[in-house]
Amino acid sequence: MAGYNNNSVKITPPRWLLAELTYACPLQCPYCSNPLDYASYKTELSTDDWKRVLSQARQMGAVQLGFSGGEPLTRQDLPDLVKHARELGYYSNLITSGYGMTEEKIVQLKEAGLDHIQVSIQASSQELNDHIAGTASFAHKQEVARLVKKHGYPMVLCVVLHRENIHQMPEILAMAKELGADYLELANTQYYGWAHLNRDLLLPTKAQFEQAEAIAQAFKETVAGTMKIYYVVPDFYEDRPKACMNGWGTTFLTIAPDGVALPCHSARQLPGLDCPNVNDFSVQEIWHESKAFNFFRGDDWMQEPCRSCDEKAKDFGGCHCQAYLLTGDMYAADPVCSKSPQHGVIQEAIDAAQTATVAAEEKPLVFRNSKNSKLFV
Amino acid sequence: MTINPQLPLSFSRTHRLQWEEAQQKFVILYPEGMVELNQSSAEILKCCDGVRTLADVVSALEEKFATTGLHHDINAFLEVALTNGWIQQ
Repeated sequence: MAGYNNNSVKITPPRWLLAELTYACPLQCPYCSNPLDYASYKTELSTDDWKRVLSQARQMGAVQLGFSGGEPLTRQDLPDLVKHARELGYYSNLITSGYGMTEEKIVQLKEAGLDHIQVSIQASSQELNDHIAGTASFAHKQEVARLVKKHGYPMVLCVVLHRENIHQMPEILAMAKELGADYLELANTQYYGWAHLNRDLLLPTKAQFEQAEAIAQAFKETVAGTMKIYYVVPDFYEDRPKACMNGWGTTFLTIAPDGVALPCHSARQLPGLDCPNVNDFSVQEIWHESKAFNFFRGDDWMQEPCRSCDEKAKDFGGCHCQAYLLTGDMYAADPVCSKSPQHGVIQEAIDAAQTATVAAEEKPLVFRNSKNSKLFV
Repeated sequence: MTINPQLPLSFSRTHRLQWEEAQQKFVILYPEGMVELNQSSAEILKCCDGVRTLADVVSALEEKFATTGLHHDINAFLEVALTNGWIQQ
């Protein structure tokens, strides 16, 4: 792999490795961040491939490891991979829907060296949870959360927030407390992948968002010292973009199920990156030399208004995937930024979501499943 | 949160204190997060073994680094550590 790094940018080693073990998932959440055409990626890395990738990234300095997917529990070699990760000194996070988890497996993974389990719950009521997940799973998820706690893991409850569940904020907080969550991740939906497709039906109004945020903030004070809250803001209601991935190719490395290495888990959709595959190159080569990982490193790529912006070292121009999805130009400033000449597309999106709410005949949510994915292949 | 001088200090069971060769420093690892430690912070946390009290930690480190007057700084750091859940009493 020859030389896309022009040496003008100092390359820092990866710290975070997200291992997307599989796109297979028994759930059908309509905000899934997996690619719309995931059904077209049929191959999965072998156990030995994953072990090699984990070893290479660890040697470079990666220390936080997320086992994700799809549903990582569908991989039968998960305990084997967890054990390998522990031997290498990773801090291993399992990011799961809880579907298919048993007490036996929780114990087995603990013995293999898993550090933490994050369980997602779609809502605070069975009816809504099972509707959003597209699968009857509410009671089991609660049971899994209790078992995770029982076996001494830090328990992280993750709830993705959107228009269909944001009104449940008080009940969601009460549920987290009742389940004994050590951490509660309140993740406002980020509009990529399936969430982008379903945005008109998922984006809450500003009033809904502000009310929910105020409730969460007040709760945060009452649980200080016992429960930590990670709050992922909905950037459509912000003035400035997020510092996406802490800067492109600085910290995060995602490996997709088929071995494609991505600077962020949405980057697969960006045109012309030629994302490399771990079957062809070492992680070291990919991180330092690949076109994809050098593409948005530093600020040579920037256009105005980013290029001359005094905040460019703070947010790096925001998210390229969002710029691409909303303006068609991945080099553009993230339109979330009020300095972006295309900032108006954000208000248009908010207005379109409002209109969809009041429309008598709403188009239905498109659930994330293989049948629907094949429509995008 | 304040340190109770009577009680032993222990490092949290839900965090991990680890030397990182690539970074040449100790770090605290927890769900989806990492805190990088300077040398003195790491030395203090390594003393939180579930047996030693504040006074024990102070005298251990004063002896180790052949110095005196560390009580104030160590107490201040342990309060931060307690508030962040890195240690327990």
